[in-house]
Amino acid sequence: MRLWDRFLHSFISPGLWVPFGSIVLGFLVGAIIMAFGGFNPFVAYAALMQKAFGSPYNIGEMLREMTPLLLTGLSVAFAFRAGLLNIGTAGQMVMGSLGAALVGVLVPLPPIVHAIVALFVGVLFGALWGSLVGYLKAYRGVNEVIAAIMLNWVALYFANYVIRTAILDPQQKQRSLYVASSARINADFLSALFQNARLSYGFLLALLMVYVFWFLLYRTRLGFELRAVGAGAEAAQYAGIRIGRQVIVTMFLSGAFSGLAGAIEVLGVYGYMTISTVHASYGFDGIAVALLGGATALGTLFSAFLFAVLSYGAAGMQFAADVPLEVSRVVMAAILFFVAASALVRSLYTVTLGRMRRGSLESEVNRS
Amino acid sequence: MKPKSDQAGVYVSGTTHGEKPGESFQGTTGGTEHEPIVRMVEITKRFGEFVANDRISLDLYRGEIHALLGENGAGKTTLMNVLFGYYQPDGGKIFMNGHEVVIKGPDMAHALGIGMVHQHFKLVDRFTVTENIILGAEPRAGFTIDRSRAREIVERLAGQYGLYVDPDRRIEEITIGAGQRVEILKMLYRGADVLILDEPTAVLTPQEVHELLNILRSLAAQGKAILLITHKLKEILAVADRVTIIRRGRLVGTLPVRETDAATLAEMMVGRRVIFNLDKAPFQPGRVMLTVRDVKEARSGADALKGVSFSIRAGEIYGIAGVDGNGQSALIEALTGLRRIASGEVLLEDKPIHNANPRTVFESGVGHIPEDRHRRGLILDFPLYENLVLNTYYQSPYTVRGLIQPLAMQKQAERLIQAFDVRASHLNVPARALSGGNQQKAIIARELSRRPKLLIAAQPTRGLDVGAIEAVHREILKFRDAGGAVLLISFELDEILALSDRIGVMYEGRLVGEVLPHQTSEEALGLMMAGQTARGVKEA
Repeated sequence: MRLWDRFLHSFISPGLWVPFGSIVLGFLVGAIIMAFGGFNPFVAYAALMQKAFGSPYNIGEMLREMTPLLLTGLSVAFAFRAGLLNIGTAGQMVMGSLGAALVGVLVPLPPIVHAIVALFVGVLFGALWGSLVGYLKAYRGVNEVIAAIMLNWVALYFANYVIRTAILDPQQKQRSLYVASSARINADFLSALFQNARLSYGFLLALLMVYVFWFLLYRTRLGFELRAVGAGAEAAQYAGIRIGRQVIVTMFLSGAFSGLAGAIEVLGVYGYMTISTVHASYGFDGIAVALLGGATALGTLFSAFLFAVLSYGAAGMQFAADVPLEVSRVVMAAILFFVAASALVRSLYTVTLGRMRRGSLESEVNRS
Repeated sequence: MKPKSDQAGVYVSGTTHGEKPGESFQGTTGGTEHEPIVRMVEITKRFGEFVANDRISLDLYRGEIHALLGENGAGKTTLMNVLFGYYQPDGGKIFMNGHEVVIKGPDMAHALGIGMVHQHFKLVDRFTVTENIILGAEPRAGFTIDRSRAREIVERLAGQYGLYVDPDRRIEEITIGAGQRVEILKMLYRGADVLILDEPTAVLTPQEVHELLNILRSLAAQGKAILLITHKLKEILAVADRVTIIRRGRLVGTLPVRETDAATLAEMMVGRRVIFNLDKAPFQPGRVMLTVRDVKEARSGADALKGVSFSIRAGEIYGIAGVDGNGQSALIEALTGLRRIASGEVLLEDKPIHNANPRTVFESGVGHIPEDRHRRGLILDFPLYENLVLNTYYQSPYTVRGLIQPLAMQKQAERLIQAFDVRASHLNVPARALSGGNQQKAIIARELSRRPKLLIAAQPTRGLDVGAIEAVHREILKFRDAGGAVLLISFELDEILALSDRIGVMYEGRLVGEVLPHQTSEEALGLMMAGQTARGVKEA
């Protein structure tokens, strides 16, 4: 278990070499696979970039794609800093969507207020769903990974049930009614800037959350405690921090980021919530985003951008070079593989490296 | 500058590079062969920028006990790991019996007849003594292990060198001292002629140390070459023929033990004069600060508390002596809110503090220097300044309305670093980058800055160099002289004897005796540490 903790810990801010090296190697692996499949990787990657950056509309849509990736990434990263792996972002996102959809459809409120309340309820739903995992871990000893995976499915089917019984669109049968226009968070000026891409205030909110993430971690007492638990649970306990309570609070806040992602999808992008049999990929992609970003605020921002380019640009690759969409997933997976491999190597060698580094620093300090 | 040995077996060592030029020690090797069995010549080992061994030369003869002396971090273990094949040297050569060898790994070291007894034993608890000794080199009878022959060999070896062990007991049932004898037998079984022992006495009671030293003498008398890694001068003077001293990765010198004394060795090891005696003000006990009454835990085991009672007065240092694993850790945790007790009580002045939250305990006036400074005492990846407010971070001025105030934390850290002479290049360096001594000084600074009534100091000098040990002892005594109560838990008897005003001896979760330091001896304490209750010892 200690090795596992050390492994997780090794992902946190590994510097710049690891992520950039991993990205280069990831693209290389993708290219080799394409070459083996008889495709021209240069053409394919060019098409990918063309799709992602080719027109203002495409850039806008790529940023729309980036919004949930950034938020689920922050969600995973936040838990990570307290030494927890939040694999339940998918479920928390679904709950966030559900909360926002319920308020958006059922509660009549004036404009702006409606949107704010809908967002808030979405965030709260996600946060509570996250804290449930925290509670199970802290007071019932359930491993957070297992609890979260199971709760993901509970959330999905629960949401489907609620949509079907409370807010189903009688014509469509497969989705909820539209939320009231007073609850929408469309940002017309942003859309206009990007040729009517579906960019909303949600994107700006997500960017704001990068700052909120940093502020929570480094400027609040709560963040201090959370980082302490993540960096040294025994020392945190010694310092009088109640670990169990901390786990619940951490998962609550982590779930809040994912809940916001879900709420933005409903209020800012689609306007309704779909009955679905599988999770959107954002939840699990959030883990990749957080890991590549080293669980830091800015790192997560950059890696969300990269993953958005990859997943939004994939369609262009298929269109122009006939390369299957999945190749871009392969590139993502390969990047993550290299990040994880480096974390694994470092966690296995932490002891020796740490000792060596300490040795050299020690002698420096002694000399001064 | 190269050490050389001439045909008459007289050893001349040119010494370090620039430190003591021209000085040399001459010594006979006392009836050994002409050729050293091991010669390490100008061994250099670097880790990145850091030079752990800088052109260190050392030679070792059959029948010799050769001590390798140095402070923690001086490079002793690195040098031995080079000899044992764990590390490849970046420079220098190793000769065995006059032939150059490249030792590629521990297997090869074994094959060359080099055996190493590590500080932490590498034994399988569930296996018997015999099974552990033969493990990996079992005598076979067809496809099965020839157990009777194995047992015979073990008994023969044990008899030959006076290493008494019961070949059929499991490791989990035998004492630590016996475990160490098994480790030595394991090496002898593999045909080792060179035995490296890494801090072998760290875990032993004084009686066991005595036994071990006798064993080493007997091994040397029968032609084995022994390298003893240690920082304990007393043992070197008692048993070694020659001693090689290294400091900060460099050779200081090699000299015959009978031509030296403790003060000289200490000075060579540390690089300056060392004062052995602490200035201790007379004992002026005040009122009772801590009362521990019949504290028991729900679990069982040698390290569980089974009814511990004692009290400490203001201005008193109460030392707890004992061998590792006899309930000391449980006691510390029970007193600091980290462990629940099933019965009994702990009173700070008149206020019960057992089964309370750690924060409640230290808010009521308990300072705690934890046993494990890396896991409990510090968050190694946090900057030094955050570590210096690790248990007050939530109080004003470090937190105001839920927001932490790095500037206020840094100001406090600045003060503490000044007052307690913590050496760090910057307030922002992670605690990991500090030396052990400075890490410990940081913890002490943090704990004493809260002006506690009681200071619990657990293994406060473990792994520190001589200078840092002095500093830590001075702070503890200063606190005591200012009227603080101190609970000192240490495995180092010297430390307990030097600092304590009263000593309790812990064995299997109980205090088996309480003595005054000037009315006892290491031997008497050692007997109690091995479980024999004190006879004729007055309750203080």
